[in-house]
Amino acid sequence: MLEQLPLYQQAILTLAAMVLFTSFALLAQSRVVSIIHIFAWQGLLVAVTTALVAYDSGKHDLYLSAIMTIALKALFIPWLLHRLVKRLGIDREEHGAEHPATVLMIGAGLVIFCYYVAQPIEQLSASVTRNTIAISMAVVLLGMLMLVSRSKAVAQVVGFMSLENGLFFAAVAATHGMPMAVELGVAFDVLVAAVIFGVFFFHIRDSIESLDVDQLNRLSEQDE
Amino acid sequence: MNDWLLALIELILFVALAPLFSAWVKRVKCWLQNRRAPALLQPYRDLRRLFAKQVLLSHNASPVFRATPYIIAGATLLAAAVVPFISVNLPTAAIADVIVLAGFFALARFFLALAGMDVGTAFGGMGSSREMTISALAEPAMLMAVFTLAMVAHSTNLSTVIDQLLAQGLVLRPSLLFALLSLVLVGIAETGRIPIDNPATHLELTMIHEAMILEYSGRHLALIEWAAQLKLLIYGVLIVNIFFPWGIATSGSPGALAIASGVVFVKLLVLGVLLAVGETVLAKMRLFRVPAFLVLALTLALIGLLSHIILEVG
Amino acid sequence: MSTSLLLSAVLLLPLLSGVAAFATDRQPSLMRWLVFPLLGLAGLTAVGLGGHVLLHNTIETFIYAPGLPWLHWHFRLDPLAGFFLVLIGIVTSAVSLFGPGYVREFEHGKQPLSVLGFFTGLFVTGMLMVVVAADAFSFMVAWELMSLSSYFLVVYQHQNPANRRAGFLYLLMAEVGALSILLSFGVLAGFGDGFSFEAMRAAPLNLTWASIAFALGVLGFGMKAGLVPLHVWLPEAHPVAPSHISALMSGVMLKVAVYGFIRLSFDLIGDVHWAWGVALLIIASITALFGVLYALMQHDLKRLLAYHSVENIGIIFMGLGLSMIFYGTGYPLLGTLGLVAALYHTLNHALFKSLLFLGAGAVLQRSHERDLERMGGLLKRMPWTGLFFLIGCISISALPPFNGFVSEWLTFQTALQVPNLESGVLRAVIPIAAATLALTGALAAACFVKVYGIAFLGKARTRRVRRSSEADRGMVLAQALLAVLCLLFGIFPTAAVNAMNHVTRTLTGETLSTATANGWLWLTPVSADTASYSAPLVFVGVLLALLAWALMYYVMRPTGRVQTERGDTWDCGFGPLSPRMQYTSTSFTMPIRRIFAPVWRIHEELERESQPGLPLEPKQIRYQVHAEDVTWKWFYAPIMQLLHATTRRVSRIQTGNLRHYLAYSFVTLLLLLWLIT
Repeated sequence: MLEQLPLYQQAILTLAAMVLFTSFALLAQSRVVSIIHIFAWQGLLVAVTTALVAYDSGKHDLYLSAIMTIALKALFIPWLLHRLVKRLGIDREEHGAEHPATVLMIGAGLVIFCYYVAQPIEQLSASVTRNTIAISMAVVLLGMLMLVSRSKAVAQVVGFMSLENGLFFAAVAATHGMPMAVELGVAFDVLVAAVIFGVFFFHIRDSIESLDVDQLNRLSEQDE
Repeated sequence: MNDWLLALIELILFVALAPLFSAWVKRVKCWLQNRRAPALLQPYRDLRRLFAKQVLLSHNASPVFRATPYIIAGATLLAAAVVPFISVNLPTAAIADVIVLAGFFALARFFLALAGMDVGTAFGGMGSSREMTISALAEPAMLMAVFTLAMVAHSTNLSTVIDQLLAQGLVLRPSLLFALLSLVLVGIAETGRIPIDNPATHLELTMIHEAMILEYSGRHLALIEWAAQLKLLIYGVLIVNIFFPWGIATSGSPGALAIASGVVFVKLLVLGVLLAVGETVLAKMRLFRVPAFLVLALTLALIGLLSHIILEVG
Repeated sequence: MSTSLLLSAVLLLPLLSGVAAFATDRQPSLMRWLVFPLLGLAGLTAVGLGGHVLLHNTIETFIYAPGLPWLHWHFRLDPLAGFFLVLIGIVTSAVSLFGPGYVREFEHGKQPLSVLGFFTGLFVTGMLMVVVAADAFSFMVAWELMSLSSYFLVVYQHQNPANRRAGFLYLLMAEVGALSILLSFGVLAGFGDGFSFEAMRAAPLNLTWASIAFALGVLGFGMKAGLVPLHVWLPEAHPVAPSHISALMSGVMLKVAVYGFIRLSFDLIGDVHWAWGVALLIIASITALFGVLYALMQHDLKRLLAYHSVENIGIIFMGLGLSMIFYGTGYPLLGTLGLVAALYHTLNHALFKSLLFLGAGAVLQRSHERDLERMGGLLKRMPWTGLFFLIGCISISALPPFNGFVSEWLTFQTALQVPNLESGVLRAVIPIAAATLALTGALAAACFVKVYGIAFLGKARTRRVRRSSEADRGMVLAQALLAVLCLLFGIFPTAAVNAMNHVTRTLTGETLSTATANGWLWLTPVSADTASYSAPLVFVGVLLALLAWALMYYVMRPTGRVQTERGDTWDCGFGPLSPRMQYTSTSFTMPIRRIFAPVWRIHEELERESQPGLPLEPKQIRYQVHAEDVTWKWFYAPIMQLLHATTRRVSRIQTGNLRHYLAYSFVTLLLLLWLIT
């Protein structure tokens, strides 16, 4: 099956696997700076996949989304986060999950679950890259898992962004991208979210003297 | 009969070239670190000297201690005999598949660890404990990578695997890419290279392999050292011949064999350079960082497996 | 001789041996001259009968009158029963060789030898009878005979309260398990209209009821076999019994449970569903990993071995689970492969686990030590026991060319056939289970490096151990027998697989003919292209390598350069090494303890006795670590709470008021009257 595909379609599949790997790496990595770097790599991989799909399908507007993805997710947001982390003075901190091995195992289970769920959907699609639906779904769920398993705000933001990467990847792989207007809107949303998070970081740190979101419980007015 | 003769020649080549490969890695490392490299034949000289030297045994050494070097050497030799080196048509490959190959290494390791505990020093026990822990963690990653390979090639017989992969031609397989990465990490852990263990030091706090063989001398030590070099070469050959099988001889003609030897030689040279670069760039890990390293190997193997199932078969 | 006569001999001889034991009160030497020889004879007869049935593929049914008047006892000999007869027979023979030497220390003990001999005879009778029983009634009688007599063996040394506690736990769980088995048979008998296995086989079951019967069977047989979390009795009961009984319990009784499970699911229920296999595979993987991780933390040798039994039961059930998955999805040949792997491992585990328990018994008798932390250097004091124990360690660690490796390899080969399955999820889950098996195997190797390294190598840690000497001849011979069998079943797997083909043919109608299609030299589970293993050639290879080195040694010897000198162990220049500087069992497993920390409930105790004025230089440090079984907290404690809560609620109807009780009777009467109208 795989042998009969042209080389660039094999490359798309390989890139999909690599995107999945970056998701796992995000889950496992605890150093803040490394998390941001891995996120940048994930953005780059998604962008390259987009470009390859554009080449495969002949849809030239996908090139535009590829360029936008590189600019936004591989360069600008990582740079922004990097700068933020530096200014907050937490660039050497470790924001890991409590039980990394358990989280990884749950992650593996999620991938198998996604595969199970995606099988009927894949039957409907005729595209050669339909197999990537399960992968992109897994990237979304792994992003969510990261949101759940981390207590520090920076890691959570990256988890959220990587979740968005998964959505974007699904759109590219399954339906050759969303309409341009939607895509621009989403990109803009992500950008705004990044900026707002940046401001928000300073605020929560000022108010609770930590970036640990578990500490936000203290804001509740209930008696403990 | 010709095939069996060829197998014997391959085995002899394996044995003869093992010290050379180690020397090559060491040489490249020296170049990278601006040091003067020892001669490429230095490991051979070391082995000859050790073989000639007297054996000094501890009063406490039991027969297990004395038998261990021979068992290690025997098991490693058997392992070398089943790995296709220059020709795919290896009759001995049918004796043992990849899982048995792992079993040979496990047998050698089992006795080495026992020997470490035999003389009754804290060092030996420390080395054995660490070695068994690390190898236990490496095993599932290795097996999962092997499973991925076996699912792609529908076989665990090394000759057949290489044959199958050759027949499929150049296919970009995410599963094999990740299996390769995982096997590289496992190989580093199993052969005791940086960042897991440092074969060049005898620092108490960090050593693993050296701690177990601290009490060995003379021909015993020579056998163990040589088996370690052979093991490194076996891992190297496995990696280059399975994942980059092009060039390996598919027929028994002298021309094909000559070309294959040349190609394998070049591939190993390149692999040696990569290994040396890796060892230069990375620092040795703390012992309790090693599990993270091996969990990475396991994750890579798992993603290889899943990507085979999800992406390649569908 | 007719099989009927042999069968009677097999069942009566151990009984006779038990009865003969009563004579030993006056004449202790009878133990050596009558009781154990009779037991050994029973074992040999069982091997003979089992081997005959297995190899000639006979199926014979016998009906014996001594039952209840309307319920005759049905016995049936078929290859599956034959296989297990052989297995029980081998271990029983070895134990009867080992026994005379071992029980000598009980001659002057507080408990009479006759009790030990009597219940041993009953125990063996029970096990043999379970295997040949062909109706639920005789099966349950035999099963209870086995459970109850082994209970008395567990509490044989009952002056120790811990033994009584272990015995009670064992009895409780054995009875709960038996109840569950009985219910499972009840389901089958209800549909099949009869308690004979013949009727049950023909029972028309729908999937729901079959699943219920299967689940009850897993619960009942799993409790006896020691599937996590039903295993808790095992590490308590096995170590406290006399060692040759531990060998019988771990080596054989657990296998009888495996037999019961195979009989129930593959024979009586018949068409297995693949989902059962998945459930079983998951439970089995957890069992295997859990067993080995707990074994690593033990330093009581027999307790450690008991936890390894849990691990190996996990491996056996993994094979069975894989087999069910393949059967259920329509690949009977691959299912057969899984079944053969499981059967092979059952046999292997019986051999090496009995060997190891006998070795532990020899060590215990000679050094009076069970604690690994106090042993050391035993190889020099007990060379033969040391050698055979080493063979047991290699076999259980699944290293080639010994037998444990073959069965694990076959299990891996079964798992490797997943690409055949249609379901992608199964294709992903089975390799993960196989990776668990790989981890288990490697951890088991680590554990046995620990056991052997601490107990037999290094220096003796206590005086008693230093003064121990080799066990007597019978004990060594028993171990030698099992060790040789371990090697033989490792080198000639094709012969063993050929014999097991008869078992699978009667169970499933398929044989693994491909496995041995390429001659006795090659074991090729699916086809020669897929995978092959030549154990004889590996063995020859090992021998050749050793021979080559020996040759070199002799060639170089005349030159005078090959000399060996003895010297002290390197002590870093600090003066003589003491045995207390050696790595201990606790320190050996410290890295593993740290890496897998959440698996256990670790209780650490550190006592420092400081020198006055020098807080940093303690005079004495005492460190103790104990790994508690988590199933107590997470499984049994909630059950107990639930039980307490329920009983409290039920007890509310016990008001103590007489008129209330009368009212209960009144209401019951009304209900009954309403029911019958």
